[in-house]
Amino acid sequence: MGLLNWRFLEENIFKILMIFSILIVVGSLILIFTVIVFNGVSSISIEMLTQTSSPRFYLSKGGGGMLNAIVGSLLLAIPATAIAFLIGICIALYLQRDFIHPGISNFIRLCLDILWGVPSIIYGIFCMTIMIALGMSTSLLFGIIALTLLEIPIITRSIDESIKMVPLGLKESAYSLGSTKFETAIKVVRRQALPGIIAGVLLGLGRGIGDAASILLTVGDSNFIPTSIYQSTAALPTMILNLLSMPDPNVQSKAHAVAFVLLIIVLFISIISRTLTKKSTKYVIK
Amino acid sequence: MLNIHIETKNLNVTYHNNHVLKNVNIKIPAKQLTAIIGPSGCGKTTLLKSFNRLLDIRDDIIISGEIIVDNENILDHKGSDIPDIRKKMGLLSQKPSPLPMSIYDNVAYGQRIHNKKSKEELDEIVKHCLKEAGLWDEVKDRLHEPATRLSAGQQQRLCLARAIAVKPEVLLCDEPTSALDPISAQQIEKLLLKLKKEYTVVLVTHTLRQAKRVADYLIFLYFGEVVEEGSSHDFFNNPKDPRTKAYLEGEIS
Repeated sequence: MGLLNWRFLEENIFKILMIFSILIVVGSLILIFTVIVFNGVSSISIEMLTQTSSPRFYLSKGGGGMLNAIVGSLLLAIPATAIAFLIGICIALYLQRDFIHPGISNFIRLCLDILWGVPSIIYGIFCMTIMIALGMSTSLLFGIIALTLLEIPIITRSIDESIKMVPLGLKESAYSLGSTKFETAIKVVRRQALPGIIAGVLLGLGRGIGDAASILLTVGDSNFIPTSIYQSTAALPTMILNLLSMPDPNVQSKAHAVAFVLLIIVLFISIISRTLTKKSTKYVIK
Repeated sequence: MLNIHIETKNLNVTYHNNHVLKNVNIKIPAKQLTAIIGPSGCGKTTLLKSFNRLLDIRDDIIISGEIIVDNENILDHKGSDIPDIRKKMGLLSQKPSPLPMSIYDNVAYGQRIHNKKSKEELDEIVKHCLKEAGLWDEVKDRLHEPATRLSAGQQQRLCLARAIAVKPEVLLCDEPTSALDPISAQQIEKLLLKLKKEYTVVLVTHTLRQAKRVADYLIFLYFGEVVEEGSSHDFFNNPKDPRTKAYLEGEIS
């Protein structure tokens, strides 16, 4: 066999490997959807979406629903994402070399990457420790704090990466018109990086709304829609855990309904993210 | 000699441990078109960008010497004065770089950050600057479209309009025609010739023919050193340095 044939063979082996890997990814996506949708649809009902839960919800024949968990999850994830975004965009804009020495910013990036890798249960334990030290009890507030901490590194690093991609020539144009660093960052860099900023925020939101471990120890549980941030609340991921821990298979199947709703919300977030990202590229310089 | 607008004294620039500019002493006359020529990588762009302190935003750069503009050494200035130094000098870069906003907003940008102007005044300025840059007729019906929809040549004229909207004294042009088609390049050249009546124009170019066509005054840089400077006529007809002769004859490039 000649050298050329060997090179073609090599190429074909890699082609097969790539196709195989893609099949694994796409296949598992389809499988996850089928399992969740199939099980979810068969156990979901309108009442489950419109009623709040009650102790009976955790019983085989009991009624009630997950409305309080849906609202709870949104009340946790949306404020946490908003706060994490405000903190994240400030850090990300400041990390650029216009403001600080690259040595320092790379150190901060390293810290953020480590934080990104910290398991969410650690944030949960950390917030719980503080909560106990302050003599307070599980509440929406500490859930928001835990999720904010979880989301900050994700949002900051995503925004940071998209800002890093802004061409130097664009900054030079802004500076040579007499812009200050702040004006350049806010009026020019921010516009150019907008698609990446939106993607980063929605990545954080998606991560926050689905995370169970960080809120498990900090928000507690409740059967009502919370009316104050000092109250405990149910949330979709923790409700799944609670339902699955019941011995009755009928109750366990309700967990699939909750998982289905959570999946729909996450799916919805990524569709919004796609659309917004596309729309925001209108003015972006390619 | 004519009025001197920009003067450098012993300007040295080191960038990533490369000595890019070596003891540069030059004088750039006011309201003339000065071309900085020389082969690629010999420091032309660095010299140009030192005039409006754009080098500040790069890493690992050491600048020493003096750059005197309007009797002030601009290298003495710190922090908050720098936007004002830059405002005096419009920049036209090698690759047209419109801001990520509409055509109108691109031209209005400078006015918006420096002065509060009414909508009518702003409209007037935008119209005037686009006319100056010979772009008005092509864009007057689509002022609110993204600037990226324009062709490269139009984008470069937009950048010119945007630069003159902040009323600079100097136009720094870094090979502004190198990314353009011949017709667009010619338009830019014509505009520069028109604009030099009101502005001091500094043009970096690596095409000798362009320098010959447009320049009043020439500076020849070779490996970070100024080999020769002088009026266009003397430079092309009576070069003094053997390296200039070699460059003009195409022996070095």
